[in-house]
Amino acid sequence: MLTQTKNTEERVWTLMIWSSVGLISFGFLWILGDLLWHGWTQLSWNFLFSSPENSGREGGIGPILISTSLIIGVCMIIAWPIGLGTAIFLAEYTKDHHRFGRLIRGSLDVLAGVPSIVFGLFGNALFCQALGLGFSILSGGLTLACMVLPILIRTTEESFRAITSDQRLSAAALGFSRSTTIWCILLPAAMPGLLAGSILGLGRAMAETAALIFTSGYVGRMPESLLDSGRALSIHIYDLAMNVAGGNPNAYATAIVLVSLLIIINLVASWIADQWTTSNQLPNL
Amino acid sequence: MDNIQPAPQLIKTKEQLPGIQTWLPYQSTQACCEPVAHIRARDLSIMYANQLALQKVNLVINKGCITALVGPSGCGKTSFLMSINRLTDLIPRCTVTGQLQINEFDVLTPSTDLLHLRRQVGMIFQKPTLFPFSIKKNLELPIREHGQHARETWAALIERTLQQVGLWDEVKDRLDQPAQALSGGQQQRLCLARAMTLSPEILLLDEPCSALDPISSGIVEDLIVSLRGQYTVIIVTHNLAQARRIADDVAIFWAIDGIGQLIEHGPARTIFESPQHELTSAYITGARG
Repeated sequence: MLTQTKNTEERVWTLMIWSSVGLISFGFLWILGDLLWHGWTQLSWNFLFSSPENSGREGGIGPILISTSLIIGVCMIIAWPIGLGTAIFLAEYTKDHHRFGRLIRGSLDVLAGVPSIVFGLFGNALFCQALGLGFSILSGGLTLACMVLPILIRTTEESFRAITSDQRLSAAALGFSRSTTIWCILLPAAMPGLLAGSILGLGRAMAETAALIFTSGYVGRMPESLLDSGRALSIHIYDLAMNVAGGNPNAYATAIVLVSLLIIINLVASWIADQWTTSNQLPNL
Repeated sequence: MDNIQPAPQLIKTKEQLPGIQTWLPYQSTQACCEPVAHIRARDLSIMYANQLALQKVNLVINKGCITALVGPSGCGKTSFLMSINRLTDLIPRCTVTGQLQINEFDVLTPSTDLLHLRRQVGMIFQKPTLFPFSIKKNLELPIREHGQHARETWAALIERTLQQVGLWDEVKDRLDQPAQALSGGQQQRLCLARAMTLSPEILLLDEPCSALDPISSGIVEDLIVSLRGQYTVIIVTHNLAQARRIADDVAIFWAIDGIGQLIEHGPARTIFESPQHELTSAYITGARG
């Protein structure tokens, strides 16, 4: 009856795997359902574009969406080139066991685990006070960039390391300079990983509350420049839910917007990565 | 069939190819295998970390000939091959000592312009190593990198190179498709074409047929034979029958006490018919290796 036992074992395994998948999906759907249940009635085009009124109990989230995009924009514009540069340095210019590379990698791993509130305090001390940027979108974006960089660098580095050495060897055999090898051969191959890293970073940045309270501030007005204070979506949710009595419906509606944005960004990124790998095309330079 | 042009011979003159600068491959007008030394190795040793992999090789490789490096695995053939275009530089803790000359040009001097060297010395690996781009892009990248040709002439150069390796008719309608969708043999020929876009003088082939099926292998082998006289070809092979079929000169490598050595070299006929070294004759007759 050997086969019989095996079948039972298989069934138990399959059941376990399916139930964990089910549990995860159920949890996600519950959260989503709960958000929709409480916030759906508040959602409208008007909600997306109008200013908050009565401390956010009424009105919409127009200026908050704008502030959020500006903060994220600053964060990514700063983090992308620095992150890519550092990742290329770590993957292509330092030997595996080189002390300097190990030091940087170790520091990044520690930084990736630092609580965001610590980044908030750091950002406040450096950008808001020492550099005199005050509570501003710029301070918030720069702080988020510091927070996102470790994740971005490590995932990008890994995607460079995942490229087989054949590619490097044949590029070298064709007499390609190091920069051509990196830009024309390795970067396109690492692009899906790079996108994945950016999405991880972007997701973390969009969901960030603690680091922004001390740096970009609370002001819910439409920002006029990067030096104005601006309220991010997550802070708006926090504020409505914790500090404003009767703010819950709008907090839920804002959360729906935030979660939808995250889902959309994820879908777009995986679509781009998919296109990239299936088309196998070098961008026209 | 009228629109299919016959495969032209290798570029002969500058006039035939407007826009191409003076840099042309070695063109043998004589019968091949005039013993004109092209590559000279003197006391060439290769070490990995502190382990000697190849000991004091003295070998002269003739211009325009096909030289086969044969011998069992781990006897330093590939290391020797990779020292000729200094790919050994990419291997951590690998040191090459001794002297290695291509014509009068000293390869091992630290000041050697590696990009220039590797343009003159093309290399094909055991597994086809195409970049994950289209066929056309794979050929364009090296042309662009070395900037020897005006952009308008690229298409003509690509067509001519593909015809040289006999791929043009097979791929002319799908130049924009991913190169990695080609069959193994086609990929290997495309690798050869890619190296040839740079008009090298020397081609290093590291077991180019061993990952291919017998039919593709035969096609690639015929292609290698057709390169005789136009390029100096050095081929590493485990296939003695192949070496016998295509090589002008043969160098037998052997690992003695774990250290690779060149035990015998000379014209293929001499090596196969009257080997001097007892290991060679044992290897050739199939008693060893």
